[in-house]
Amino acid sequence: MILNRLKYGGTCHIPAIPHSAALAVQGLSFRYPGTVADTLEAVNLTVTPGERVALVGPNGAGKSTLLKLILGLEQHTRGTISVYGNPAHTCLHRVSIVPQRSSVDWRFPVTVRQVVTMGRYVHLGWFKRPSSEDRDRVQHSMEMMEITDLADRQVGELSGGQQQRVMLARTLAHNADLMLMDEPLNHVDISTQELIFHTLERLTGEGKAAVVSTHDLGILTMHFSRAVFLDHRVIADGPVQEVLTPETIAAAYGFKFHRDYPSAAVEHDASRYPGAAHD
Amino acid sequence: MIEWLLEPLSFAFVVRGLIAGLLAALACATLSAFVVWRGMAFVGDAMAHAILPGIVVAYALGISLFVGALGAAILAVAGIGLFSRRGQLREDTAIGVIFAGFFALGIFLMSRMVSYQDLSHILFGNILGVAQGDLTAMSIVVAIVLFGVATGFKELLVTSFDPAHAVAIGLSPDLLRYGLLMLLALTTVVAIQTVGVVLVLALLVTPGAAASLLSRHMGRIMAISVAFSVAATLVGFYASYYWNVASGSAIVLTLTVFFLMAWIVNHLSGRASYVS
Repeated sequence: MILNRLKYGGTCHIPAIPHSAALAVQGLSFRYPGTVADTLEAVNLTVTPGERVALVGPNGAGKSTLLKLILGLEQHTRGTISVYGNPAHTCLHRVSIVPQRSSVDWRFPVTVRQVVTMGRYVHLGWFKRPSSEDRDRVQHSMEMMEITDLADRQVGELSGGQQQRVMLARTLAHNADLMLMDEPLNHVDISTQELIFHTLERLTGEGKAAVVSTHDLGILTMHFSRAVFLDHRVIADGPVQEVLTPETIAAAYGFKFHRDYPSAAVEHDASRYPGAAHD
Repeated sequence: MIEWLLEPLSFAFVVRGLIAGLLAALACATLSAFVVWRGMAFVGDAMAHAILPGIVVAYALGISLFVGALGAAILAVAGIGLFSRRGQLREDTAIGVIFAGFFALGIFLMSRMVSYQDLSHILFGNILGVAQGDLTAMSIVVAIVLFGVATGFKELLVTSFDPAHAVAIGLSPDLLRYGLLMLLALTTVVAIQTVGVVLVLALLVTPGAAASLLSRHMGRIMAISVAFSVAATLVGFYASYYWNVASGSAIVLTLTVFFLMAWIVNHLSGRASYVS
């Protein structure tokens, strides 16, 4: 058992089941040990290959928890999670994460190239060093995110936007089929945002799937076709225009929606600045 | 000058001392960069103190000090893991409790079983009292530490930098942390011979801290750490031989001077300052 826990990386021999969902979450409930309320209650979510899904909801709604469960950072007891037809964690090559900024130790002395190379580790495992093919892939990923000139810099010295490009380059090097991103737009400049979305659009166009959590509702209408509103449960799931109604936003963020605004202004305000409809 | 340098080396026990010191410097400096950047200074210090009862018991029974020290180190790591599991206690609290308890037990046993002379050697190190058997054991331990770091280098990098990604690719950050703690324990056992329980921490922290002021690249930090440690050990060795001062104090003082020089260089060159 200990040997099993020690093992990682190498080649994945388990094929994806044809025509299966990239991600299928069924009846998933989860409660952190020592707490009294479920963080996730009976969550159902299906993501097909090629889809870009925005996972929205207030802070503490369970967005990060859902991503952690898909990755295996937390263990669930109720419900099932499958990735390309197999139970989650059977093939780690297929899932990558751009974690929340706060879970990364940015001060740790690693260079941009070293971080992007970490995306190849899952294909290597113990003892193996990156081959020339791995290094080419790393180089190519850095080129795509326009960070080759930063390759030898320490990641802690970069701006928030540059750091996020490094993380996305690592995901590209990983070459996963299901990409998870936890609040990738925090502290990110507009041009990096555009680059991230452009890259995501291209990759999903090639058949990969992406689930991006965000509390920034403004970007949704522009870059996602589908949104899932999560507040412990799935409150709404569908095309962005249907999901982002003032009512769902009000329900998710826990305030009452007032009708005494001119309706056009409300729609604008509510979708861009959820707090603005408060009073 | 050459004669002055070579004279000590005509005695076998002195050569053994020098080799032991260099081995300890090598192992400590290799781990030092991780100790500094993963914030393990406290646990390193705790480890050094927690192995005291093991050493005392081994000494009194006449068995290898390594076996005793290693036994105590494994018990301490297991205890820290047990008490801080599932967040019942914060880890530094668990470390504090274990550290103080083990050290007190060591002093208790020492006051019953060991003479004052031996006590000072354990606490402050005795570079000129290394037996041939010790040297063999130390070489094996240092080889294990170097092999461990070389094997797990990229895994240690990823778990230190981004534990979420580490888990996503199937690595267990906990397992790697315990592995690193065990390497730390082994290293501490080696270093106690030359610098003693009280000053082991300096060998684990100061070289990495000084090197971090001069470079931002993990590989270079480790290389500079090793260079500093080896140089400091040589200085300490000759000081100990010619002026009859405690070897540990001379080594650590030299390292501290290196650190101050690195700090000045860092300051003058206006690099982004290092804050722990």
